[in-house]
Amino acid sequence: MNLVTFSGPPSTGKTSVIIKTIDAIKQRGLKVGVVKFDCLATDDDKLYEKVGVPVRKGLSGSQCPDHYFVSNIEEVTQWGIELGLDLLITESAGLCNRCSPYIKEIKSICVIDNLSGINTPKKVGPMLKMADIVVITKGDIVSQAEREVFASRVQTVNPSAVTMHVNGLSGQGAFELSTLLYDEKDNVDTLVGKKLRFSMPSALCSYCLGETRIGKSYQMGNVRKMNMEDDK
Amino acid sequence: MITLEDIKKISISELRGKYPFVEGFFADQSLEIEQNEKLTFVQFLQKFDEEEAEDRAIDIDVMVNSLVEYVNQMLSFIGDDKENGVDSLTILPGTNKFGEAENFEELTIRKSEIICIVGPTGSGKSRLLADIEWVAQKDTPTSRSILINGEESDKKWRLTSGNKLVAQLSQNMNFVMDLTVQEFLELHAQSRLVENVEEVIQRIISSANNLAGEKFDLSTPVTSLSGGQSRALMIADTAILSKSPIVLIDEIENAGIDRKKALELLVGEEKIVLMATHDPILALMGDRRIVIKNGGINKVIDTSNEEREFLTELNEMDKIVQNLRYKLRKGEVITSLK
Ligand SMILES: Nc1ncnc2c1ncn2[C@@H]1O[C@H](COP(=O)(O)OP(=O)(O)OP(=O)(O)O)[C@@H](O)[C@H]1O
Ligand SMILES: Nc1nc2c(ncn2[C@@H]2O[C@H](COP(=O)(O)OP(=O)(O)O)[C@@H](O)[C@H]2O)c(=O)[nH]1
Ligand SMILES: [Mg+2]
Ligand SMILES: [Mg+2]
Repeated sequence: MNLVTFSGPPSTGKTSVIIKTIDAIKQRGLKVGVVKFDCLATDDDKLYEKVGVPVRKGLSGSQCPDHYFVSNIEEVTQWGIELGLDLLITESAGLCNRCSPYIKEIKSICVIDNLSGINTPKKVGPMLKMADIVVITKGDIVSQAEREVFASRVQTVNPSAVTMHVNGLSGQGAFELSTLLYDEKDNVDTLVGKKLRFSMPSALCSYCLGETRIGKSYQMGNVRKMNMEDDK
Repeated sequence: MITLEDIKKISISELRGKYPFVEGFFADQSLEIEQNEKLTFVQFLQKFDEEEAEDRAIDIDVMVNSLVEYVNQMLSFIGDDKENGVDSLTILPGTNKFGEAENFEELTIRKSEIICIVGPTGSGKSRLLADIEWVAQKDTPTSRSILINGEESDKKWRLTSGNKLVAQLSQNMNFVMDLTVQEFLELHAQSRLVENVEEVIQRIISSANNLAGEKFDLSTPVTSLSGGQSRALMIADTAILSKSPIVLIDEIENAGIDRKKALELLVGEEKIVLMATHDPILALMGDRRIVIKNGGINKVIDTSNEEREFLTELNEMDKIVQNLRYKLRKGEVITSLK
């Protein structure tokens, strides 16, 4: 089985792109499944069901969604293998720009959209910097110039990635993306022993543990204070 | 070409001297290199302690390799205009949706040609444009092959983001950046590493005003341009600033821009123009048109002299309709063609 992980900021078009790509992959006679990770709620699983692929969803609730992803990804992989999938796709919403759920040697795709503004690429962090493939969506509604500027910003932040334009509505570019996702030669039996591409923040403070009161005397552990002095 | 070893040897100031564009890399990676110029890039990164490196999500190996990759991509982007030149594009036949062979031998399109693509909805026009963009090598649903300059192309056109083969213009496109025309064009010119920025901006604005009905100037915010003005600016900018040698157009709408001049501008900048359209005037402006049926190229029609003469007649009719539109806008009552 091949495993690929999609992530990206909310509403950039991850689900739309995955669904269009699944169309192309199915036409090659391959069996695909999807696991969707989210925080509080998602209807994406229904969309995947509609296109007739096996789907599972996991909601992290009060836990950090990326920590939750790593804690569950091995079980998810075994689920895919049991079903006899050729390709298992995971979708996770990147909510904090610091984390990224990418695993070494597992193909990782970051989805980002042209509408998010040209300074977004430099703010996104490891989710963009460490991706193998960067998919840029919503090119249908901005000018050629903006697409070029945006793509060049993405390229500066992650020069090693393959950058592709995919239209999540029409599917333009989805066939081309699909050719990069599945490789007969790749095979994953287990993720045990594999490593994350980038460590997750080590923060653990009183608020992580359920503290709700404000004030210095309630703050313990990894607490960091803003510098409110005038810089000049 | 620069290697990992090279980067490890030279100081940041030497790096900046040799490759001025690295400024963009340092800025977008949020690295403050000022006052650290004497260090090599690796030494600079090693200055961050573990906590700081983690905070900033810096992985030294990844970052250094990124810089090497970036410098090489930019070098190839600036350097080999010759290598990136596209004089012709050849389509070799594949199969239609029923798996039957397409009805042509081979089709070569040259620089400064305008080719129209016509066919019913769902017939495969967009697929043909996508085959060209992806430089298909019998590996798309149509099994077509695309040759560049008569040769099978390497995959660089597919996978590098700087040198895209194809630029696109379509109806739904809008400007979304909150910038004036001047700032917007500067930004685009910088990303293309253009040297004579002011000169290029002047050319674009005057070409755009030549296409647009109502004139605009460099201090106008791009988001407050009218539909026609936006379209005009997009076309002029694509013609003059975009590096892509092929321009795909999905219908240019009628309102507010001179379509004939727009096509002349693109062709004058030595672009190959492919246009999907249902508009008879645009279709006859092309040198040839490709007729798509059931996913395959069914016919290739050269625009004949007879058709060209008819185009003059069509343009007359178009003028009449335009004139009626103009009258409508002014609040007149229209009861005849005059
Ligand atoms: N030769 C072919 N073999 C197999 N499938 C094809 C072929 N040509 C086109 N298709 C498929 O047919 C579908 C419709 O094609 P396409 O979207 O290109 O139509 P279109 O002419 O652009 O339609 P519209 O006018 O609605 O935009 C697509 O899914 C495309 O991949
Ligand atoms: N115009 C346009 N809209 C898109 C594109 N891709 C996605 N969308 C729309 O953007 C919204 C969010 O998409 P979705 O796939 O749910 O994003 P996700 O949250 O990243 O999974 C939906 O309304 C999509 O229809 C695109 O390429 N162009
Ligand atoms: Mg989604
Ligand atoms: Mg189409």
